Amino acid sequence: MQVTLWGTRGSLATPGPDTARYGGNTSCVAVRGREGTIVVLDAGTGIRRMATTIDASVRRVDVLLTHLHMDHIQGLGFFAPLYRPDVEVNIWGPASIQLSLRARLMRYLSPPLFPVSLRELPCKLHLHEVPCGEVDIGEFRVASALVCHPGPTVGYRVSEAPGKVLTYLPDHEPALGARAFPSLPRAWTSGGSLAEGSDLLIHDSQYTAHEYPNYIGWGHSSLRHMLDFGTLAEVNHLVPFHHDPGHSDADLDRLMAEAIDDAKPAYRVTPGREGMTFAL
Amino acid sequence: MSTSKGIQIILARQLASCVAMPILLVDAEGTLIFYNEPAEAILNQRFEETGEIPSDEWNRLVAVADEDRNPVQPENWPMRVARLQRRPVSRTIWTRSGDSGWRHLQVTAFPLVGEGGHLLGVMNIFWEI
Repeated sequence: MQVTLWGTRGSLATPGPDTARYGGNTSCVAVRGREGTIVVLDAGTGIRRMATTIDASVRRVDVLLTHLHMDHIQGLGFFAPLYRPDVEVNIWGPASIQLSLRARLMRYLSPPLFPVSLRELPCKLHLHEVPCGEVDIGEFRVASALVCHPGPTVGYRVSEAPGKVLTYLPDHEPALGARAFPSLPRAWTSGGSLAEGSDLLIHDSQYTAHEYPNYIGWGHSSLRHMLDFGTLAEVNHLVPFHHDPGHSDADLDRLMAEAIDDAKPAYRVTPGREGMTFAL
Repeated sequence: MSTSKGIQIILARQLASCVAMPILLVDAEGTLIFYNEPAEAILNQRFEETGEIPSDEWNRLVAVADEDRNPVQPENWPMRVARLQRRPVSRTIWTRSGDSGWRHLQVTAFPLVGEGGHLLGVMNIFWEI
C-alpha cells in the first residue's frame, strides 16, 4: 500500500511561512492499494488537495473518519467525489449514543455552517457506523476500535495481504489517568491491540512532555507518551502526526529531535510532513 | 491482532486506580478483571498476584451474608444481579475472605453499558460501614 500525508496539523489549519514544511492542513491521509482501492483517513482540510489526485475513472472512494471534531471533517464539503454522480462514496465514522452518524454529519453539512446539505450531494453516498468489527474495503481489511479521546473516537488498522499493516491514531491520549505510562500491558492500553506490530503507525504527537500536564484530558499525547506507546505496541515505524498549531517548523525540528534523543526508540521515527509518502 | 479491553473498561480501571473507595470490575461474563488496592483488603488478595479471576473461582474466595448474617448465594450477589438483570443494585452486606474477619459493607453495583446497548461489565463500589 502507498500512504500519503495530505494534512498533518492538529486542531486548526495553520497555513503560513512558519509551518510550510510540516504543513498547515488538518488531518488527512490517503491509502492506495495495489489494485486501486482508495481509502482516505479523515477529512480535514488536506482532503481538498488530495481529491485532485483521484482519477476520473475511479468509481469508489471510502472515507474513514476517526471522529467528528471540526479539524477532521472540515474538508469534507470540499471533497470533489461527493459532487460526482458516477462515484460511490462510503463514509465510515462513529455515531454517538443519541445520534446517528448521518445526523451528526448533517450538523456540519447543512446551513448555516455549509450551503450544501448532505442529502443534496449527487454522489452515491453510503454511511457506515463504526466500530463494527473487521470489514473488507477492496483489498484492505479494516479494523476499528474506540480509543481514548473526548467524544466517540476510533482508531483504524488497515491491513493488506500479505500482512502489511498501517495503524492510524491521530487523536489519542492513552496515558489518561495512568499514574505511570506505560505500566499496563497492551490489552489494557487504549489503542494497544490496534497498533500491535504495525509496519507504520501514524500517531498523535500534539504536546511536549512539558506542555502535556496543562492539557490532560484534552485527548492528545505528549511526544514521550507517543514514543513509549510505539514501544509498547512494538511497531516498526512511527510517524508523529497532528502537530500543535502553536508549533512552528523550527519548533517541531527541535522538539522531535529532543524527544527521540531522550527516548531512543528501537524503531524508526519519521516526523509527519505534508506531502510525504510511505510505501509498505 | 490480539483483543483489547474496551475503552470504557480501560477508563473504568484508570478511575478505580485513582480513588480511595474499594472497586471491583467484572466483565460481561462475570470474570473479575480488576480490583483496586483498597479492594485488595476485602478480597484478602493482591491483584498483582492473582491477575484476572474466573467467576466460579472468585465466588469461592468470598463469603457474603445479609444484615442478619444469613448466607447470600452468589446468584443473589449485587454484582451478579446487576450483570444479569442489567440494573443497578445497592445493599448492605457482610463479607469475609479467607481467614479475614467479617466486614460490614455497603455495596453498589451498576452495569456498564456501551453503544448499542452492549453490556461491557459491572462496576462494584464498596463503602465500609
